[in-house]
Amino acid sequence: MAVSGLAFVGFVLGHMYGNLKAFSGHDAFNEYAHHLREFGEPLLPHMGFIWLMRVGLLIALIVHVAAAVELTRRARKARPVKYVVKKHTGAIPASRLMRWGGFTLLLFIVWHLVNFTFGKVNVQGGETDDPYNLLVDTFDVWWMTLIYLAAMAMLGAHLHHGVWSSLQTLGLTGTAASRARAKTISFAIAILIAGGFSIVPIAILAGIID
Amino acid sequence: MNLTLKIWRQSGAADKGRIHTYEVSGISEDMSFLEMLDVLNEQLNELGEEPIAFDSDCREGICGMCSLMINGEAHGPEVTTTCQLHMRSFKDGDTITIEPWRSGAFPVLKDLCVDRSALDRIIQSGGYISANTGSAPEANSVPVPRDNAVRAFNVATCISCGACVAACPNGSASLFLGAKITHLAELPQGQPERWSRVVDMTAQHDHEGFGGCTNIGECAAACPKEIPLDVISQLNKDLRTAMRHGH
Repeated sequence: MAVSGLAFVGFVLGHMYGNLKAFSGHDAFNEYAHHLREFGEPLLPHMGFIWLMRVGLLIALIVHVAAAVELTRRARKARPVKYVVKKHTGAIPASRLMRWGGFTLLLFIVWHLVNFTFGKVNVQGGETDDPYNLLVDTFDVWWMTLIYLAAMAMLGAHLHHGVWSSLQTLGLTGTAASRARAKTISFAIAILIAGGFSIVPIAILAGIID
Repeated sequence: MNLTLKIWRQSGAADKGRIHTYEVSGISEDMSFLEMLDVLNEQLNELGEEPIAFDSDCREGICGMCSLMINGEAHGPEVTTTCQLHMRSFKDGDTITIEPWRSGAFPVLKDLCVDRSALDRIIQSGGYISANTGSAPEANSVPVPRDNAVRAFNVATCISCGACVAACPNGSASLFLGAKITHLAELPQGQPERWSRVVDMTAQHDHEGFGGCTNIGECAAACPKEIPLDVISQLNKDLRTAMRHGH
């Protein structure tokens, strides 16, 4: 769970960097998108880097979901009778959102891949083979921006607990100071990633990027 | 003070159990929570009703026998054991819901009493050291660095009450397990069995049906002895090291 989660953190950081290229304009964004396909050539074949990433992410996803299902199954079995009254002292709200939040993110990822990778759905009916135009056309629609912002809020919450939790699972938080540091890092990464992804659709909807 | 008590009644393991409502009056704020229940049980005795079964022993906060989920918090709203919780933590007219620890590994014996011997079996599976019997050794013959001694003492305050399990949304006993692992891992006497201990005790923990830890932290907030969450990190670290060394 921890290792696959940290692999996702590394991926979304890189993904976010690519998205921010939208601020450099049409040509720079499309050039970046195209370059990803040629990345590593001639050592790697064309699209080699992309497929390495896809296979790696798919493996991480399978591991992550399998671990989540197993933990949920164990938790249900460990408390067959629920409390009539239960407070959650000591738990941050994000930690209680992990299971439903994770499921929501999975649904979002399916839509996101249909939207931009495999399906290339332009909700405005415009051209789809130009990554920059597809991006702008998508987020000019207010409800698409809303869906993505909601998903990023959920991703932020997932990371707020998830990053800390992975560091604890890996046994890296053995003192009060390292625990506090891990929680700060976790919060900072959550804000950085959720904020960094959200700023592009907001800028498009506001007309800063067009 | 006058209180409305909603208490879980269950005649035995086969019974499904339900909440019963009782009224008590004339409760002093200087009474402990268990003394308040004693007052209720005296009333029930006079009425010829079955008194409420609950666990207690030392009533000094050191033995780990008392339990109770009080208004959704293990050992109630203060950082202490139920026996050391006093009625001044409540207000006149309050409604208090009292339930047993809820865990598949802690079957309800009767009313508020649960069987916590699963924790004893975890200890039996590795929570010991090999030591020569005979006369007591000289205390300073094995030097222990101060920081290690302090941490070992701090986590050795775990009284195995099970509040961490009761509070955990996953029903995990990882804080208990982490406390025991850290306690012995910090001391030279704990080193010979260190790696087999963490593997065996974790296996027993899982075998008993406790849930897996997701680092939520409700256990540490509920712990009457304030065992910190970093013992779970220590547990994970020792488990990782043990597995790397083929244990």
